Amino acid sequence: MKEYDIVVIGGGSAGMAAALSAKENGASSILILERNNGMGGILEQCIHNGFGLKIFKEEMTGPSFAQKLLDQIHKQQIPYRLNANVTDIGSDLTVTYVSDTEGITHLKARAIIIACGCYERSRGAISIPGKRLKGVYTAGAAQKYLNIENILVGKRVFILGSGDIGLIMARRMSLEGATVLGAAEIMPYSNGLMRNIVQCLNDFDIPLYLAHTVVDIKGNEHVESITIAQVDENRRTIKGTEKTFDVDTLLLSVGLIPENDLLINAGAQIDPKTKGAIVNERFETSIPHIYACGNALQVHDLVDYVVMEARMAGANAAKDLNKTKRKEYIFTTADKDIGYIVPQKIDPATKDPIILSFRPQRPLRSSRIIIKQNDVIIKTVKKNYLLPSEMERINLDPTLLISTHDNLMIAVEEL
Amino acid sequence: MYDIAIIGAGIIGSFLAYDLSRYQLNIIIIDKANDIANGTTMANSAIIHTGYDPKDNTLKATLNQRGACLYNELRSKLDFTYQKCGSYVVATSEDEINILYELKKRADERKIQNSLLEKDLLLLREPNIADGVVMGLEFPDTAIIYPWEVAIALMEEAVLNGAALHLGEEVIDITRQEDHFTITTNKGLIPSKIIINAAGIHAKDIGQLIEAVPFKTQIKRGEYFVLSKKAKGLIDHIIFPAPSNKGKGVLAVPTVHGNILLGPTSDVIEEDDNSTTAEGLAYIRENLTKTIKNVPYGEVIRSYSGLRAAGNDGDFYIKPSCNYPSFIYAACIDSPGLASAPAISEYIIKNYIGKLTELTVKKQLKQRQKPLVMAKLDDEKKNEIIKKDPRFGKIVCKCENISYGEIVEAIHAVCGAKTIKGIKKRVRPGMGKCQGGFCEVEVAKIIAKELNIPLSEVLYDEPDSALGKEAK
Repeated sequence: MKEYDIVVIGGGSAGMAAALSAKENGASSILILERNNGMGGILEQCIHNGFGLKIFKEEMTGPSFAQKLLDQIHKQQIPYRLNANVTDIGSDLTVTYVSDTEGITHLKARAIIIACGCYERSRGAISIPGKRLKGVYTAGAAQKYLNIENILVGKRVFILGSGDIGLIMARRMSLEGATVLGAAEIMPYSNGLMRNIVQCLNDFDIPLYLAHTVVDIKGNEHVESITIAQVDENRRTIKGTEKTFDVDTLLLSVGLIPENDLLINAGAQIDPKTKGAIVNERFETSIPHIYACGNALQVHDLVDYVVMEARMAGANAAKDLNKTKRKEYIFTTADKDIGYIVPQKIDPATKDPIILSFRPQRPLRSSRIIIKQNDVIIKTVKKNYLLPSEMERINLDPTLLISTHDNLMIAVEEL
Repeated sequence: MYDIAIIGAGIIGSFLAYDLSRYQLNIIIIDKANDIANGTTMANSAIIHTGYDPKDNTLKATLNQRGACLYNELRSKLDFTYQKCGSYVVATSEDEINILYELKKRADERKIQNSLLEKDLLLLREPNIADGVVMGLEFPDTAIIYPWEVAIALMEEAVLNGAALHLGEEVIDITRQEDHFTITTNKGLIPSKIIINAAGIHAKDIGQLIEAVPFKTQIKRGEYFVLSKKAKGLIDHIIFPAPSNKGKGVLAVPTVHGNILLGPTSDVIEEDDNSTTAEGLAYIRENLTKTIKNVPYGEVIRSYSGLRAAGNDGDFYIKPSCNYPSFIYAACIDSPGLASAPAISEYIIKNYIGKLTELTVKKQLKQRQKPLVMAKLDDEKKNEIIKKDPRFGKIVCKCENISYGEIVEAIHAVCGAKTIKGIKKRVRPGMGKCQGGFCEVEVAKIIAKELNIPLSEVLYDEPDSALGKEAK
């Protein structure tokens, strides 16, 4: 069985960034396993711009951003395999993958980094009533059809959900000649970035129906119409508020879910809130020397943050290769209005800065983020606003911790 | 001139085609759908009931029990998936316990293996049985199958042995000539001496083409949820509530692929409408609370509904037309239609076809090549295959680990898939948690390549479902 210092699962932005950082931090043999026939992951179909402002200080398209990382992978001579689908990882750090050129291959790693991204919540997962017809696509699938295969899946489109991919596709399909009749979001606020609401809906005169959802899909073989209705605060539809749109396509942008079957099968603990692994401040999962980062860990708003997180995971995986110390952890807990916190646990003895990331559960105006330990405030951060569509990242200097056994409480207060 | 025309390529039509193709007969199967098993066979509970449920002196009672035996015999011959997972009918009240005793009596009389279980034992076997359950009746021989797999396997053997299969061809008229029928379809004329009407929910419409239909029927719709494989372990057996005059009730059913089905509802509907409804899905959730607990609704990956034609007298309607003895109805096939299917075919051939025409077994019968399922093989065998054809090492559906090579094989099989849904039915890409979000495009590309058509013309399912058009 061939051995590597680090095996990275996923050759997208997270996987490439983690591998590069692991290399910089002393890992000598690294292998990236990518299931598609090219590197770059989902960025390859994101041909719009807006990527890279934070880390490369320039605005790039998804493929350019990916290429920039791939160039570094080539420069650093980090090997990768394409069409290599990992079918199993073990808590003993074994990796099994299948590929067209190598068949079934078993590897042994000293550390594994899970960077296999996320998948889109499907129609079935949200049980939209109506018929099962051709013409209902997740926004990402429609994006792949259009941007990779040059197939426009419909001419009259409605979008359910205000996730960023749906918004981007509203603009993209409009530019290709389709008519986008509207977007409905079940929550009373948008789940997409403000810039996408402005640039993809407002600029194209596409109405956004907040607190609305799809209640019926009709047609014979393909979608012919969809009906939306308003929902109350408990997300129950309000009778009499139905509106029907004659469309041939319904795009879904109703959430992303971290891809974690490998970790679950290996026995790692999963956070029911993020649906990603439970990790410590070094992005190590509950299985020693298995790390998780990028959208496989938590769904990010910007790829720049994915890269920053993956770089930390990669560096830690490399630095910790020879460490076996058992740690005692304190846990991070979220107060009301905060959806989740990553990392879920922290080694209070850590010397490295801790990044706490989270999303608010509802839009908040001018607010104060408060980090407490044993009811003592150890840090506060002021924010002009907090939105569920934007991930917050707070730097916490570990010297601020006042106790080695009390949990951290992260709270938010509207001012 | 055909000896026999079977209208309908569902599970009944497929068994008839398979059985009849063993004889020296010229047969044709016609279906308006673009694929085998696209109607009632497409969406149901996939259960082979043992036959305790139908009332005495009904065709359902006889044919269900016989059908269950025949499946057991056929499974090795045709190599389809058949799992004897067993079932529990559970009671939550004194009244329902009495129903279990009735079922037990009927099962004992029919020599169907069963045993009553007190709650403690039931809980040991199925820890997620609802708290209100007080007793269970076990039927260890209840089995589950993959209905499309069976229908396709049967039809492929039929076609290999000379049957003509016309899919995407709609019957629009039938006229009686002196010694045969002429079937007019949207594609042409088909003369046949005998017609078997196995058109599922459309059997009434087909019958009406030649006569006033001799039975009354209504369309019943059943809605279901599908849980992802992560829900595996919720139940290991099929869990039935005690049956009522409304039918078998809302079940929890493990599938042969490790998912769990929850359903069905049972609503009479006016027309062919396989929508799911918010009310129907809520009804399933509400009713399941009586039988099982801890259902992880967060793991729902799909909901669907299936339609079945139910006879108003509660039984199958299987007999020739009074006006035309060579026009045979296999109608009103609702539950336990799937379980009875092989026996329905046997019954029709023995009682009716055999009296209309001579049945001589062919000297040589061809057998289909069984599809290669990579997931069933060990590493060594997999590597051997991938070495020979690397396409079997290229995974297209990441959720279900289905390779490019398996999809190509499904396209070029005897009754090959020509559509995205056809591929999904045969090899299952898109059946996992992402529901095709990642792989549908890849599947469509393989279809386009193998059928040598533009990607934009690849069909999702029926002829009017081409993918789209090229962007400018």
